[in-house]
Amino acid sequence: MDSEPRKMKPIWYFVGLMLLAMGAVVAASGIYHYLNPGTVKTVLADLHPDLWWGAVMIIAGAIFLLVNRKVTVD
Amino acid sequence: MQSIELAFSDWLIIGLYFVFVLGIGFYLKRYTKSENDFFLAGRKNSSWVAGLAFLSANLGALELLGMTGNTFKYGMYVAHFYWIGAIPAMLFLGIYMMPFYYSSKIKSVPGYLKLRFDEKTRVLNGIAFAVMTLLVSGINLYAMALVLHTFLGWNWDISMWISAATVAAYVTLSGLLSAIFTEIIQFFLIWFGLFLVSILGIIEIGSIGEIFKRVDDLYQAVSYTTLWSTSADPSLNGMVITWGGIVLGLGFVLSFGYWTTDFLVVQRAFSAKDLRAARMTPILASFFKMAVPFIVILTGLIAIVLANDKQTGFALLRDGEQVNYDSALPLLIARYYPAGLVGLGVTALLAGFMAGQAGNISAFNTVWTYDIYQSVLNKKASEAHLLWMGRVATVVGILISVVTAYWAKSFPSIMDYMQAIFSWVNAPLFATMLLGMFVKWITPNGAFWGLLAGMGSSFTLFLAVKFEWIETHVMTLSSVASDMAANFWRAWWAWLICFAVTIVVSLFTKRKPDDELVGLVRGLTPGVSTEGVPWHRRPEFYAIISLMVVIALNIYYW
Repeated sequence: MDSEPRKMKPIWYFVGLMLLAMGAVVAASGIYHYLNPGTVKTVLADLHPDLWWGAVMIIAGAIFLLVNRKVTVD
Repeated sequence: MQSIELAFSDWLIIGLYFVFVLGIGFYLKRYTKSENDFFLAGRKNSSWVAGLAFLSANLGALELLGMTGNTFKYGMYVAHFYWIGAIPAMLFLGIYMMPFYYSSKIKSVPGYLKLRFDEKTRVLNGIAFAVMTLLVSGINLYAMALVLHTFLGWNWDISMWISAATVAAYVTLSGLLSAIFTEIIQFFLIWFGLFLVSILGIIEIGSIGEIFKRVDDLYQAVSYTTLWSTSADPSLNGMVITWGGIVLGLGFVLSFGYWTTDFLVVQRAFSAKDLRAARMTPILASFFKMAVPFIVILTGLIAIVLANDKQTGFALLRDGEQVNYDSALPLLIARYYPAGLVGLGVTALLAGFMAGQAGNISAFNTVWTYDIYQSVLNKKASEAHLLWMGRVATVVGILISVVTAYWAKSFPSIMDYMQAIFSWVNAPLFATMLLGMFVKWITPNGAFWGLLAGMGSSFTLFLAVKFEWIETHVMTLSSVASDMAANFWRAWWAWLICFAVTIVVSLFTKRKPDDELVGLVRGLTPGVSTEGVPWHRRPEFYAIISLMVVIALNIYYW
């Protein structure tokens, strides 16, 4: 049996990873749509919601990741 | 509706979610060694982790599709589910009830009934809860299939079975711990994946004020944008209900019955690392709960405006003659989200349904294993055997959920169905718990027969109205009433009958000795000491702030 204390990464670390990864995909998609505007047919597409929302997710994910990068919990 | 063709970026996001969920499950599996780890996540969680999981366990199909659809159907009165229908009960749980739950070191809510009353009351509630949980789990499955069908054009049957298989694989990985982790992932996905719908809806229509104005213009005789000012006369509001039904049925019985006794949510607080964290769990969750209407209620009102403006081309789906209210949110996602964001929206919904179902199943496997299997069928089961049984119960529970999902599909609005179930089980249970925790002379026989009478009367009333043995107004005390109003009133009567029968039977039956009730009943239990704890660290301080905010919201939208 392992008698050492079992330390694991906190959930906030995984939240940061997920937001960063998904935000990057959304933002990349937004850049593509910005450069190829004819490919988007949704309402309010001219506002490029994917571009700025992806950026918001990247920033939020990066904050979670940085704050928790060295944190472990029982 | 023509199904949406997902782009590569959409599939990538959906794939990322599954990689994260399964990856977390495998990662946590090494930390899930004992039954305590599997069923109670090792009791090590902070109040933030337990609090977000507490909220997210409730934030499944019910909250997303059901509430948006119900806002389209009933108007802003649906916000009562989030404010008076949730916050007071959550605060009451944190301040008054959690010390009894947490300090007695029970593993489930029926486990408390065993300590406070007796085995038969525990088994009665355990069976009722298990049945209810599987029914609700079926709703989650139905909602998942709806999303897959609406967005991807998948066959209903295939959608349900694929969803069920996915959840079964995910829940069996590492029990409650992975369920809680993925519930928190789900919480962030829902906000980042769906709040943008509200923002874009506001931008398209102009402002929140313009949305309210246009809804008012559409429904001049019946209010869809107020909370209380039209509640004196049921014919003046979209839910067709009086304030009495809201306060007694929803605000008191259904709300307290669900938030203080439903093991699905309370189990998250049991996983907290200490009593303070357990008490803070529902209090912290209350702040996030009261914010959810800014997704679901707002999008429901936006859907009303768009659906009544022919120039927008927006219309809800129809199943034959019936409007499919639950399609409102998926259709708004399809309206606003380009490729990439569509994947995020679909993932947010999937995460909500999967985590909601996982929550139901993790609660079911605990109650089945401890309160039915170990209690009745195998009293000498070893720890390893109980762990194995928990995993078996997970798979069997998912299979039964599939059957109930087909039943749920026949109802026009899934929220009505959910409330009907809660009024059968949770409403009378709240009377039992309230009396059990706060009145020491309530007896085991009083609790058992009261609970049985409450549950039986609620179910009988449901059948009586459904098959027109009695007129609805006999139960609702008003000349007109919606299905939702009937649910509220049925819950109230079930609670009252349970409350009365429990007291009457207790007057004539044998009490438990006081020394067996220490730690379980107010008056025989030392109060929670806050000596030396600064005021800003006390749960009561945050509960007061939460209460003030919810009062302000009700006044603002009066």
